[in-house]
Amino acid sequence: MKKISTPYLLLIPGMGFLFTFFLLPLFNLAQTSTQTPVGGGDTGQYEQTFRFQNYIDAFIENKEQFGRSFLYATIATVLALAIAYPLAYAIAFKGGKLKNLMLVLVVAPFFTSFLLRTIAWKQILGEEGFVVPTLRTFGIISESTTLTSSAFAVVAGMTYNFLPFMTLPLYASIDRIDPRTLEASGDLYANGFTTFRKVTLPLSMPGVVAGTLLTFIPAAGDYVNAAILGSPQTKMLGNVIESRYFKIVDYPTAAALSFTLMAAILILVTVYVRKAGTEELV
Amino acid sequence: MSEKAISARGDLKLSNVTKSYGDFTAVNDLSLVIPEGSFFALLGPSGCGKTTTLRMIAGLEEPTKGSISLGATDITDTKPYQRPINTVFQNYALFPHLTIFENIAFGLRRRGIKDVDSAVNKALDLVELPHLAQRKPTQLSGGQQQRIALARAIVNRPALLLLDEPLGALDLKLRRQMQIELKWIQKEVGLTFVHVTHDQEEAMTMADTIAVMNEGEIEQMGSPADLYDNPETAFVANFLGQSNLIKGTVTGNDGANQVIDLFGQKISLQKNRSHAVDNSIYAGIRPEKFRISRLETATSGNVLTGGKVEDVSYIGVSTQYQVMMPWGQELMVFEQNDDGVAPFSVGESVNISWEPIFTFGLRGDEDAEAGTEVNPDEDLDEE
Repeated sequence: MKKISTPYLLLIPGMGFLFTFFLLPLFNLAQTSTQTPVGGGDTGQYEQTFRFQNYIDAFIENKEQFGRSFLYATIATVLALAIAYPLAYAIAFKGGKLKNLMLVLVVAPFFTSFLLRTIAWKQILGEEGFVVPTLRTFGIISESTTLTSSAFAVVAGMTYNFLPFMTLPLYASIDRIDPRTLEASGDLYANGFTTFRKVTLPLSMPGVVAGTLLTFIPAAGDYVNAAILGSPQTKMLGNVIESRYFKIVDYPTAAALSFTLMAAILILVTVYVRKAGTEELV
Repeated sequence: MSEKAISARGDLKLSNVTKSYGDFTAVNDLSLVIPEGSFFALLGPSGCGKTTTLRMIAGLEEPTKGSISLGATDITDTKPYQRPINTVFQNYALFPHLTIFENIAFGLRRRGIKDVDSAVNKALDLVELPHLAQRKPTQLSGGQQQRIALARAIVNRPALLLLDEPLGALDLKLRRQMQIELKWIQKEVGLTFVHVTHDQEEAMTMADTIAVMNEGEIEQMGSPADLYDNPETAFVANFLGQSNLIKGTVTGNDGANQVIDLFGQKISLQKNRSHAVDNSIYAGIRPEKFRISRLETATSGNVLTGGKVEDVSYIGVSTQYQVMMPWGQELMVFEQNDDGVAPFSVGESVNISWEPIFTFGLRGDEDAEAGTEVNPDEDLDEE
């Protein structure tokens, strides 16, 4: 018998796991998405009728939440990038001996549960927190305005929750930049801003692409932030899928929405990666 | 501060420049003029402050005290991008995301120069690598990257081109070849080159003027021949080539010469080659200036008798002897293998002689070992 080479053997556990717990359920989900209720059956009883109209119905019914998911995810990604880039830059170039400590602090929130941290935001932005009274004192928001149960709270929560996923890849790619190339840029008549635009940013593009993907993809499918920090007016697609599945037991619609979301993310990501042109980077 | 670029030309002048990091003084009250159009070398062991000096000229470090001017313009407080000065960095620091062409064009584009293409192509021709224009830096060998780094700086026609150990990462053969090429390119483009190196041979091959630096100060400055033939300090005598330094006393004068007593034997030294400040003196002689001879052979000039050959190394062009003198000091003698005389053997009694004009005199209170402990091949990145 011909010997199977080691790399293939090493693939078996991972592939086996993915097959059992990803591909099979996905296939199952695909099947569910075209089912229709059994005539005269109980709630939650469905039969396969290959009704692709399910997709169109689901989309039309929830296009508002669809748009909101991508809008919130985009805003959260942009905000996270704006916060994480200076942070990662400072850790990489000015961190010195504190570099490792600062990185530990970036991931420190992970020591607490995701849910707990999101609930904490509810308190921070709540009436009893310090944010609202402060903003009211300075007259930035009116006495009647609240911050919880708003789009602001949902986006803020998402930005916060995904910040480490943005910071770490950014740090990894900025840290790899030879500071002497920045000196060389200054030496070759580029001021600080031009150096950033022409040298630092292009060299950190792999981190920007990785960070935005790691933030945008989970953010677009997120439902925890909207569930805890939002209101019915800020429902995202994740919330719809969750309620269709667990509350209304409308499995076909939930499955169709899941597939549509997945396809939309895949297309967006493909276009984005093409545009960002990472293949040209070292 | 104005953002305007400076277009000054002329001699570079450092006046009383000091750079301190906390308690550590990297460069101490350094004053220096680098004439326009010269090939100037800053030579010294790592940690002597030569790279710090270069970085202050480039604007990458700010002097703690003192001023730097180019021609009549004070550039001390200007940013690197405002100075008409370009640097060839130690490990080249090419932009990895840009092609070779764009690397070279970088400075031109920043200054809004019109005809980028022809200038870049000319620079590529100068370093003989026009076929690599569309490659990325990582696809080039070390020697090629070195040339591109040079082209990227030269293309801007700066008033001053700084080279920070530019050949340090190359192997010996390529380094020798690049030394000759750099010198040729400097003549060709007529720019002022300031070259920082710890390699005395490199500095001597290339530079018109060398400033030898030690512990943040200039020990001596002059042409390679000046420094080698007439060193003023023990550090220079030992760091540039090798020297025999023999402790002695000035006992009198004989016309333009001083008479020196070396452990009971009298030799002479030209007064203008003596840097001693009192009667205590080190007489210095380069090993290749010595002649070694059998006791019965007639000798002239300065003679030291009573030597005994301790060690003989035949190295082709020359034979190197270690000769033990009666006062317990070993002298180095390099003898050209050109006189048909059979080499001396270990244990033979010999005399040592040399022409008095080759003697140099150093202060008797100096450390005769200064500059010898420095290993010229030490790690470049320490500094």
